[in-house]
Amino acid sequence: MLDLRKYNSLGEALRAALETWPGEVCLIEADRDRETARYTYRQFKEAALPLARALQDAGFHEGSRAAIIMTNQSKWLISAYAIFFCGGVLVPLDYKLTADEELKLLKHSNAEFLIVEHHLWRAITKAAEFSDLSVRVVLVTEAPAGADLAGAKRWEEFRDAREPVFVARQRKDPACIVYSSGTGGRPKGCVLTHENYLEQCIALTSLYPFWPGVRYLSILPTNHAIDFMVGFIGPFTCGAAVVHLRTLRPEYIRDAFTRYRITYMTVVPMILKSLERGLRQRFDELSRPRRRMLNSLIAVNRTLTRRRPNPQLSRTLLRQVHAAFGGELRALFVGGAFTEPATLQFFYDLGIPVGNGYGCTEAGTTITLNDFKPFRADTVGKPLPGMQIKIVNPGSDGVGEVAVSGTTIMSHYLDDPEMTAETIVDGWLMTGDLGRLDNAGHLQLFGRKKNMIVTEEGKNIYPEDIENTFEGLPVKEFCVFAANYLWPARTMTGEQLLLVLRPDSAQPVADGLAVKIADRNRLLLHYKRISGYVVWDHDFPRTASMKIKRTELAAQIRERLTRDAVVPL
Amino acid sequence: MTLDTTTDEILQLAAQHFKVPRAQLRPDDDFFKKLGINSLQVLDLLTRIEQHFHIELPDYELQGVTDFRTLAERIQSRL
Repeated sequence: MLDLRKYNSLGEALRAALETWPGEVCLIEADRDRETARYTYRQFKEAALPLARALQDAGFHEGSRAAIIMTNQSKWLISAYAIFFCGGVLVPLDYKLTADEELKLLKHSNAEFLIVEHHLWRAITKAAEFSDLSVRVVLVTEAPAGADLAGAKRWEEFRDAREPVFVARQRKDPACIVYSSGTGGRPKGCVLTHENYLEQCIALTSLYPFWPGVRYLSILPTNHAIDFMVGFIGPFTCGAAVVHLRTLRPEYIRDAFTRYRITYMTVVPMILKSLERGLRQRFDELSRPRRRMLNSLIAVNRTLTRRRPNPQLSRTLLRQVHAAFGGELRALFVGGAFTEPATLQFFYDLGIPVGNGYGCTEAGTTITLNDFKPFRADTVGKPLPGMQIKIVNPGSDGVGEVAVSGTTIMSHYLDDPEMTAETIVDGWLMTGDLGRLDNAGHLQLFGRKKNMIVTEEGKNIYPEDIENTFEGLPVKEFCVFAANYLWPARTMTGEQLLLVLRPDSAQPVADGLAVKIADRNRLLLHYKRISGYVVWDHDFPRTASMKIKRTELAAQIRERLTRDAVVPL
Repeated sequence: MTLDTTTDEILQLAAQHFKVPRAQLRPDDDFFKKLGINSLQVLDLLTRIEQHFHIELPDYELQGVTDFRTLAERIQSRL
């Protein structure tokens, strides 16, 4: 692997990687069971540099911002490298957002360039706010012949064979602007520096090294901080290969394990549980004697790997289970949301360690990670090397707000010094999560202090981002809260959002209000929906500028109502 | 094949796949809520639907689709 301490920017490190392992495979793209692209490091360079040159010809310069809206595929990484090569700042946007949301974030980021898949571009061009799009150059991938590109250029044709000029950047310069929320409310554009990423990569690969021959299966969106790091920067700076799968269908994920003999994969809890369900179903179909035999082997494996994982031993003992995962899987990683300990233990007992971690975009991906020394299902692991954690205002049980400091913490929120100052206090990132450090230095999480939820798909949902959807309801005022924010609960699973309604005194809660709420709720993506509403008979406390004082309102509701007041939808 | 026929066949497939009585499912139902399923389970259903109609539908075609009727429209456009 490269010694990343020697490099100042992602562009510089990636450029060195492409020179170091020219003949190694770095990237494979598969659509279902069809392989659609395969690149060595040399071929990757040959694909990216003409794009970099064409970008420079079009006026792309040091510090220019370019957004990418694409599903996981090879052109994502090729485009990102071209942007870094030119000294640009990458704005990776979530391809699952609505077109209006994409436009809002594009505007906020001030991106001059946009690289986007054709079907996503088509949706953006149909959005109401499309005329406001201020991006100067749009490159569209995989557009069918004859398609109306609404002024965009074809990515495949946007290239220049002349040598591009490499643009150096300093470690403290911004590398990416990553939106952690704010699609409906106040955008939170995390400005992450080259140093943030290089240091995070050093820390992660010190625990879980990659090397030439390792194959990382990438199914989480590359725009997500986790996949960007462990499904791009990590493997590439170690000479390993990334396998992009352009579908999340469980049957093709299973197929990819064996087809590409995968070494590592990162999943969100929902996918991990799906894999668990599939395995349990297959175990249940075994004859009674074979099931007894399997249970015995699992018990032996559990005993022999209690202190640390032993991949060779587990593969020998539980040959068929490991064969289904390709036979070379060393570990799965899970992040993005809370994972139940029973699921982690299930996989560990099979000899498939799951590196359970905790992090957030603001911290540059990962804060803590399990190192299997020994395996712990009840924690999210120890702080990564170089990361410091403190628990702020702990109660008698040691639980308080988790604060983090280190070289991977973001520089600031884009154009929002006020929110930056609230979030990074004296160099400590206040996570808003509640936790405790145990005697072994492991972090255990117990819920949230902040008003938001995280779904098992790893989606962070902030109430302010969905409130617009309920504008126009026949009520005096309303507000959305995370249920656990109103009534704190020591859990990070099954979190829900609630609508709090203040009826109009002249028009009390009307018949059919629930239907109106449900109709609007359906306009939201399924994971952003509220699960119920609460009727509140008092005016909302507001600031002089008429903003709702959410903390105060939540305290009032908590004092006078219980969860029994929630009307489910 | 009309949109109504396609919708009806999708409802039938969903009922079989998730083991719920067909009579309980309506075209405008939000399948996440009605069937209590997540987005991965919807992809499972999509595979079943593809096999039935002999088509291939990229995952992204499901983005933002939450009811059977809209799903049927997406299928219908590929038939």
